[in-house]
Amino acid sequence: MLEQTVQIVSNERDTDFYFRLVLRAPQIAPLIQPGQFAHIRVTPLKDALLRRPFSIFQVAGDTFSILYKTVGKGTEALSRMRAGEELSAIAPLGHGFTVPESCGEIPLLVAGGYGMAAMFLLAQRAPQKGIVFVGGRKRVDILCEKEFAALGWDVRVTTEDGSHGEKGLVTQPLLAEIGSRKSEIGNRKLFACGPTPMLKAVGKIAEDFNVPAELSMDEHMCCGVGVCLTCVIPVKTGDGWEYQRTCTEGPVFDSRNILWETAK
Amino acid sequence: MNLSVQIGKLTIQNPVTVASGTFGYAVEYSRLVHLSQLGAVTVKGIRLNPVRGNPTPRTAEAASGMLNAIGLQGPGADGFIKKYWPFLKELKVPTIINIWGTTVEEYAEVARRFDALGGVGALELNVSCPNIKEGGAQFGTDLKLLAQVVAACRKATTLPLITKMSPNVVSIAPFAKAAEDAGSDALAITNSYPAMAIDIETRKPKLANITGGLTGPAIKPIAIKLIWEAAQAVKIPIIGMGGIQNADDAIEFLMAGATAVAVGTANFYEPQTPLQVIAGIREFMERKKISDVREITGSVQTGR
Repeated sequence: MLEQTVQIVSNERDTDFYFRLVLRAPQIAPLIQPGQFAHIRVTPLKDALLRRPFSIFQVAGDTFSILYKTVGKGTEALSRMRAGEELSAIAPLGHGFTVPESCGEIPLLVAGGYGMAAMFLLAQRAPQKGIVFVGGRKRVDILCEKEFAALGWDVRVTTEDGSHGEKGLVTQPLLAEIGSRKSEIGNRKLFACGPTPMLKAVGKIAEDFNVPAELSMDEHMCCGVGVCLTCVIPVKTGDGWEYQRTCTEGPVFDSRNILWETAK
Repeated sequence: MNLSVQIGKLTIQNPVTVASGTFGYAVEYSRLVHLSQLGAVTVKGIRLNPVRGNPTPRTAEAASGMLNAIGLQGPGADGFIKKYWPFLKELKVPTIINIWGTTVEEYAEVARRFDALGGVGALELNVSCPNIKEGGAQFGTDLKLLAQVVAACRKATTLPLITKMSPNVVSIAPFAKAAEDAGSDALAITNSYPAMAIDIETRKPKLANITGGLTGPAIKPIAIKLIWEAAQAVKIPIIGMGGIQNADDAIEFLMAGATAVAVGTANFYEPQTPLQVIAGIREFMERKKISDVREITGSVQTGR
């Protein structure tokens, strides 16, 4: 965890409301583990004071990048920033994905929209290539498909409107895959990042087929370093449950430990 | 140049601490902030037993500030002593432990616990949290209860007692006086302001608790006024807080009557703020040829 002033190398529109931001951060970049995030202060914001958390997409040399969607005033202000301008970043933060060991499980990645970006480093650093299932509302919501294909991964796309890949939800091809290879299930592990309903569905599939799953939880965040207790989710403990911090104990949790009944 | 100040019998090396609840138990910021340069660290509120806290969402951004309704999630006195005290007791700067309870007896019991611990810098009595059903602000907005809580804690400990006041009173002066008369060594002014925000798309409150407490720069001028009023009513030192973002803000609090200040919400977005405030106070003193920071306290010239 470091706090650094980082310089924008590029900040370009990807598709529709999505942007790719590359930041020069020589001290931070080498520390980044798959599934971790950066907490960014968008300096031009005047009366919106809080930092914004972003999953880290790629790491290259002394830079790391973020793939974000403009959803509010923070990301809109960020999208107007240009190369050469500076931001304050606290990173890398959080407990990320467990990279499978060589000869370990075959990773099955499940991504909703730009959740795919948060899983790129995992795919890149996993010794075994696997399958990435990615879903979105429409074609423009499917991002970084090329990057995963370039790693030699099998990319299976679904869109709700059928404008790209199979029509439907991302869990359909996942279920088909797992259902058709029940004998190999002991050698599979699920990793997921996306909207909460998708994560919940993946958690259910993991439970039904007794497959381990790591889920990257998306919660509203404030401090990002574990003090404010904003981003908590209910997590099972030995004899009950407690609120744990998505920014510190997470964002990646073992799906078996998440108490969905109490979560929203 | 002297930056040190007294909070009861506790001497702190400079007048800058952090507001309870915005700095965890300090260990979380140990890799980002040089903790030993602070005047003191103030930890999140502790009651006797562990507290689960409120459902989410617990915070919401507001113009120049934020709302929170965390519900004082915490490990309880024993959990705190086991998990966090080993780190805190080794710090070069004193720890102020913020304590609370749901009864007068519980406040006193927690005070006794931390008195027995040895090495605690001071206790801050949280009688002003707006986000819990029992305890908190119910004690800080009733003169009789406030006096009872402070007096009971006074009996339970010889540690310096700081009473963290509620802003949600018609006039703060009698409350400040009541805390002083009951044996409080200092006052912390102020806590968050009861507030609410609504998501117009969903028509739902932005907080699961419906209402919460507003903090950040949005409340600063209100806090300044409370401190100015309280400072005229009591002789004990005041730790001022409410939206401090830089040294200029902090100096304003000192001039209004605060002896020390606490940085709160700013820790969430700029963790270096407390250290920048210390450096900025020093620069101001050099520029104005002030040799002792205590000269700034209460130096506002109202012309009255």
